[in-house]
Amino acid sequence: MKSKEQKSSPVGGNKGGLVIINYGAGNIQSIKFAIQRLGFEAKLSDDPEEIQQADKVIFPGVGEASSAMKKLKATGLDQLIPELTQPVLGICLGMQLMCKHSEEGDTKGLGIFDVEVKRFSNQVKVPQIGWNQISNLQTELFQGIKEQEFMYLVHSFYAEKCDEMISETTYDVAYASALKKNNFFGVQFHPEKSSQAGERILDNFLNINI
Amino acid sequence: MLTKRIIPCLDIKNGRTVKGVNFLDLRDAGNPVELAQFYAENGADELVFLDISATEEKRKTLANLVLHVAEKVNIPFTVGGGISSVEDVDVLLQCGADKVSINSSAVKRPELINELSAKFGSQCVVVAIDAKQVDGEWKVHLVGGKVATELNLFDWAKEVEKRGAGETLFTSMNNDGTKNGFANEALAKLSEDLNIPIIASGGAGRMQHFADTFKEGKADAALAASVFHFKEIAIPELKEFLNDEAILVRM
Repeated sequence: MKSKEQKSSPVGGNKGGLVIINYGAGNIQSIKFAIQRLGFEAKLSDDPEEIQQADKVIFPGVGEASSAMKKLKATGLDQLIPELTQPVLGICLGMQLMCKHSEEGDTKGLGIFDVEVKRFSNQVKVPQIGWNQISNLQTELFQGIKEQEFMYLVHSFYAEKCDEMISETTYDVAYASALKKNNFFGVQFHPEKSSQAGERILDNFLNINI
Repeated sequence: MLTKRIIPCLDIKNGRTVKGVNFLDLRDAGNPVELAQFYAENGADELVFLDISATEEKRKTLANLVLHVAEKVNIPFTVGGGISSVEDVDVLLQCGADKVSINSSAVKRPELINELSAKFGSQCVVVAIDAKQVDGEWKVHLVGGKVATELNLFDWAKEVEKRGAGETLFTSMNNDGTKNGFANEALAKLSEDLNIPIIASGGAGRMQHFADTFKEGKADAALAASVFHFKEIAIPELKEFLNDEAILVRM
């Protein structure tokens, strides 16, 4: 086993810990385990108060956009998430739902990122499944990650390139595989499934202080 | 760019790996979690667990295994073997599986594909197809190739895509176990007919076979078991080889 780097600080802050939003859309167990491998504990919650008090929030998501958005609305989380002020990381569909609008099910998003989510064309196989590279890496989220690092992706829809892009990937077109605005981060890839480099990105997120 | 994937397949019976893996310096060679960790640390892009046990406790044992794999392994994995209902899949995904693979149950009741992709998304639905070329025609087979059906491979594959499969795993029964290479002609036709990723399976013997199936067979991923388990091919070397052949792989 390769030795892991020593963890510098607990999940920034010290009260509410890390909360993974549990709204019935996605493989949250894997994220929870990845956090555990980094030496931290994550709480799964759909309780607005608990989410609000967390030091860090992960917003996961797998599946179809419009039905996931319905689930968010049913619990009022669609109102709460854009109001959060602590670091928030959207993963996969979570990131897409943080955008302005998605072609999938003609879904209005949370509007945190000012970008449109579109479907890959049939010039390529859809969904994109597998390991692709990330480049033009920006912000502390990618600290210690080399350009052209491989990440695991599974998706049929993508966020267009935009001002908020902090990582770029090419499949069919060049698109934004990560976004950032203020305290909000979003990644299209699955850091929890992307080997050691993915775990480093999660670790970076856990150590972000805003 | 998106890379071609190398996928070791682990056969599981009663929560233990079946095929011999004694080459590895593992404390417990029959422990699927240890073997999975070994592959994850040595360049595998994904893993497939195929449960071949037929016991009453099968469901519980498999769910338990999935939970332990998810806890330790940091690459994606698929679970297959006897999965036949939405409830089965729900449990496995909740335990941390990334995808499930269905085979006979999809042939018996094709609506299962629609139900799974509607509830969980196509990205986690892999439909495995075993087929054998009989008198020039590729026929879908069940029960590990023992039972023939009237289904034509290419017709069935197109239906599987239409019903919402996110990926298909094609095993050629003619090639499986021969170590003479993958069924590249059929694979290339599948890739032309379908617009979802195709995983090639059956026939891996040498590193060149992987290069051939990516080039001639146009496969998106290649799955193998014994060549990896018996260390006839080490994945890091295989990837170096493919890289030299100008095939994109994750290094």
